[in-house]
Amino acid sequence: MTPELGQLALILALLLALAQGILPLIGAWRGNRALMATARPAAAGQAVFVAIAFGILVWAFLHFDFSVRYVADNSNLELPWYYRIAAVWGAHEGSLLLWILILNAWTVALAAFSQKLPEVFAARVLAVMGLVAVGFLAFIVFTSDPFGRLLPMPGDGADLNPVLQDPGMTFHPPVLYMGYVGFSVAFAFSIAGLLGGEMEQAWVRWARPWTNAAWGFLTAGIVAGSWWAYAELGWGGWWFWDPVENASFMPWLVGLALIHAQAVTEKRGSLRAWTILLSIFAFSLSLLGTFLVRSGVLTSVHAFASDPRRGIFILAFLTVVVGGSLLLYALRAPKVAGGKPFNVVSRETVLLIGNLLFAVASAMVLLGTLFPLIGDALNLGKISVGPPYFGFLFPLLMLPVVLLMPFGPFLRWGKGEAAPLKGLLLRIIVAAVACAIVAAFFVDGQLKATVGVAAAVWIAAGTVLFAYKRWREAPRGRRYPAELAGMLLAHLGMAVFVMGVLLSETLSVTSDVRMAPGQTQRIGGYDFRFDGAHRTTGPNWTADQGIIVVTRDGNKVGTMLPQKRTYLRGQVQTESAIDAGFSRDLYVALGEPMDAGNIQGAWSLRLYYKPFIRWIWGGGLLMMVGGFTAAADKRFRIKRSVDEAARTDGLLAQETRA
Amino acid sequence: MSRLLPLIGFMLLVGLFGFGIWWNTQHDQNEVPSPLINKPAPAFVLPRLDDPTQTVSKASLLGKPYLLNVFASWCFACGEEHPTLMAEGSQLGVMLLGYDYKDAPDDAKNWLREHGNPYRMVVADRPGRTAIDFGVYGAPESFLIDAKGVIRYKHIGPITPEVITKELKPAVAALRKESP
Amino acid sequence: MMLFGTRDALALPPLTRASRARALLGFLLVAMLAFASVAHSQAIQPLPFKNHAEKVRFQHLTRQLRCLVCQNETIADSNADLARDLRLDVFQQMQQGRSDKQIKQYLVARYSDFVLYDPPLQADTLLLWFGPLLILLAGAAVVIMAIRRRSRDAGTTVQAPAGQAPTDSEDDW
Repeated sequence: MTPELGQLALILALLLALAQGILPLIGAWRGNRALMATARPAAAGQAVFVAIAFGILVWAFLHFDFSVRYVADNSNLELPWYYRIAAVWGAHEGSLLLWILILNAWTVALAAFSQKLPEVFAARVLAVMGLVAVGFLAFIVFTSDPFGRLLPMPGDGADLNPVLQDPGMTFHPPVLYMGYVGFSVAFAFSIAGLLGGEMEQAWVRWARPWTNAAWGFLTAGIVAGSWWAYAELGWGGWWFWDPVENASFMPWLVGLALIHAQAVTEKRGSLRAWTILLSIFAFSLSLLGTFLVRSGVLTSVHAFASDPRRGIFILAFLTVVVGGSLLLYALRAPKVAGGKPFNVVSRETVLLIGNLLFAVASAMVLLGTLFPLIGDALNLGKISVGPPYFGFLFPLLMLPVVLLMPFGPFLRWGKGEAAPLKGLLLRIIVAAVACAIVAAFFVDGQLKATVGVAAAVWIAAGTVLFAYKRWREAPRGRRYPAELAGMLLAHLGMAVFVMGVLLSETLSVTSDVRMAPGQTQRIGGYDFRFDGAHRTTGPNWTADQGIIVVTRDGNKVGTMLPQKRTYLRGQVQTESAIDAGFSRDLYVALGEPMDAGNIQGAWSLRLYYKPFIRWIWGGGLLMMVGGFTAAADKRFRIKRSVDEAARTDGLLAQETRA
Repeated sequence: MSRLLPLIGFMLLVGLFGFGIWWNTQHDQNEVPSPLINKPAPAFVLPRLDDPTQTVSKASLLGKPYLLNVFASWCFACGEEHPTLMAEGSQLGVMLLGYDYKDAPDDAKNWLREHGNPYRMVVADRPGRTAIDFGVYGAPESFLIDAKGVIRYKHIGPITPEVITKELKPAVAALRKESP
Repeated sequence: MMLFGTRDALALPPLTRASRARALLGFLLVAMLAFASVAHSQAIQPLPFKNHAEKVRFQHLTRQLRCLVCQNETIADSNADLARDLRLDVFQQMQQGRSDKQIKQYLVARYSDFVLYDPPLQADTLLLWFGPLLILLAGAAVVIMAIRRRSRDAGTTVQAPAGQAPTDSEDDW
């Protein structure tokens, strides 16, 4: 019976979501406070029911309830408990449920923290969140029931895809969804603003911490996904420009633009329409990602089961949500550029250029991702667009961003002065060139690596100089407000990231080798000695495990144990061995025995030496911390002053009359 | 007007996605159309499965159209396609040439003994090199090659009765019309 | 990777056109079995390169080529049997002194442009390669106009209280 209770809980949640989506809107329109007040309880109730449904699915996995088709498809008796929990979001239906659960978590948080918001505005915001939830709950109830029964009940289930049986994959989807769904808050603020015609800077100020937090989560999710691909897929690659990766990268780029545009709008009142548009885009691209992954429109590494009905449903949902928002934007967006004017030399200008480039980069990724589909539509034949395309255009678009990054913080709002910038320019040029020259010796003059060092130093020097300037000039205690500290951390993260990417791309060494026990191979100054392979077993797999002892100049660095696992249902999965380090990773993947079946003998192995690769994720994590730090700034908290409250009441009275 | 641009752009995207959903109900994404259609088939010389001392070449087959059917004993879908070939292979109006792809000869012979042999002749490509020239990337695949040695049609995946009536027979009929 | 997509696809409810679905299912099974049959072989393939430069060239080239069996992997990364054959083929062609361009042409002639992850610049990919530039130019025009308009406003309104030296006020952060 329990799974049916889960179904029931989802249906009840759907009804509550409908209430949450419709009643407060009517209330805001008619000035009915009772209707507006339904938003919070409806949101809370919906969250409870979704949590119940989620809990029931977890329970079914933990108790091997193979009469539930989803459980039977994605787990078996041998699967360890932690992967049985991760299996909840291992395929389409459950991951959708997780998505809704997270949406509810954000909504409840928003409901709790929006007590001080103007009543009408809060009602509209929560209603928009409710409408989004309606779409997803209807999607799961009508097309993707996770509680469908499988009769007769099998004695054992299939398996969770072994690729997903990895700690990285356990964290990646929830964190990523936190990011995707988090953009729904900025979206809801924008729509509520458009609905009410409230173009005040105030709501952007309220939306900012949510956007920063969402972007931080999205960054973390992408980092986790990239790390997982690196560790688990055995290619040693960390980004492949696969459609699904791009689907997470586009909202990230737009979110990045949005964070900066919101800063402008909040402080200066400018770029209001653009901020609204970006809020809509960021969430739309999150939805688009869901569509691309689940509709089967594009071939992708991690596509879910493709079912045209699901595709049509999401497309219809996408059309209503995004089309409706953009229509609202066309009708209600501020027509006149408002806010304080600014000079050519000003922080606004730099942020605007950055915004342009982020938006164009996002459009480029979209075009490249969808081009195979356009090729089908225009009958151009099947075309592949892959890493060479994105890897060529993306750095070109980001080059001006990197060049401008040090100057943004130094410029003042409205009217900057060119003179101090010259001193800054001189210093960071000297720093970048000096470091590049030193680096060139270490990297044998390889251009890309040298440029990488120069670019990273360029950004870092500018950031550090600005931190120093604040230290000198600002009064104690006010030197580094959280927003500013977040910016510094994120910009430093970018420097670290750029360094990691360009150095690891250029200096990595890869070698496929045949090694008999006792043989040694030298890669990147390290000696890898193969000490043979043996059989080993885990909870739900058996594996051939190689033993590689790594030394450098005769000193032992470590023992690496790459595995080739065979899971219960016969799926084979390599587990690479990674010796992680600050300045380099060593990475070994086990191939196959050179004589089939003789695991005692020689094996083929892939050895990697990957300098600075960890800086890529380190940079990403710094950006994430930056996002969270900025989100924590006290000045974004809502202070409902007396006059603000009065104005809201006035507004309410006005609307009631209307 | 400029405020409408995002909406217009988005509606174009919706159109594209709608097309994509429709397209994928009509096409298999794993199918990559061959660039060799209406081009001369690659020259090949391959041993016969039943007698490796004898070879079959493209030149030796000129003059009559034939259907080259790539199969293998390890290939699951070939077993699915096989009954169709057994039943309708002889009524296609062209010679059926089996192409045993990356297979152990004994496995292939046993497989044909077990499931029946619909082929006039079977060639074996154990290393799979000739298959690269044909652009083969899986099994089963089938190539219709005309009397002049030109590839006229390719089917990727199992041949079903539906494929025969809707695609293969019209393609064969077109060949007939040209050179009766 | 293929396994994931395929296995999920197997759980599909039957499509409306049942026979087509069967055919598709069959084909996916082939792909899967073809995959399973080589699952014990890895993308790891020691090849006797003459020197480091040749190895780097090989790795670079095979990373630009798409595998047709596991469609979202490069020939360099794919475990598929065909990818293994093609790696060997590319290696041998390199030994024969053929250029990257010739090797790509060889593969395109057999497998179509689909094998190239780096889409060639030709009439039908103009939109792909120059689309971003067009968007950038259009966006830049809008941004330049906005900046000019706003700085004109700044000229008329901000100039007046210019006496106030700009301070790094709380408003800045």
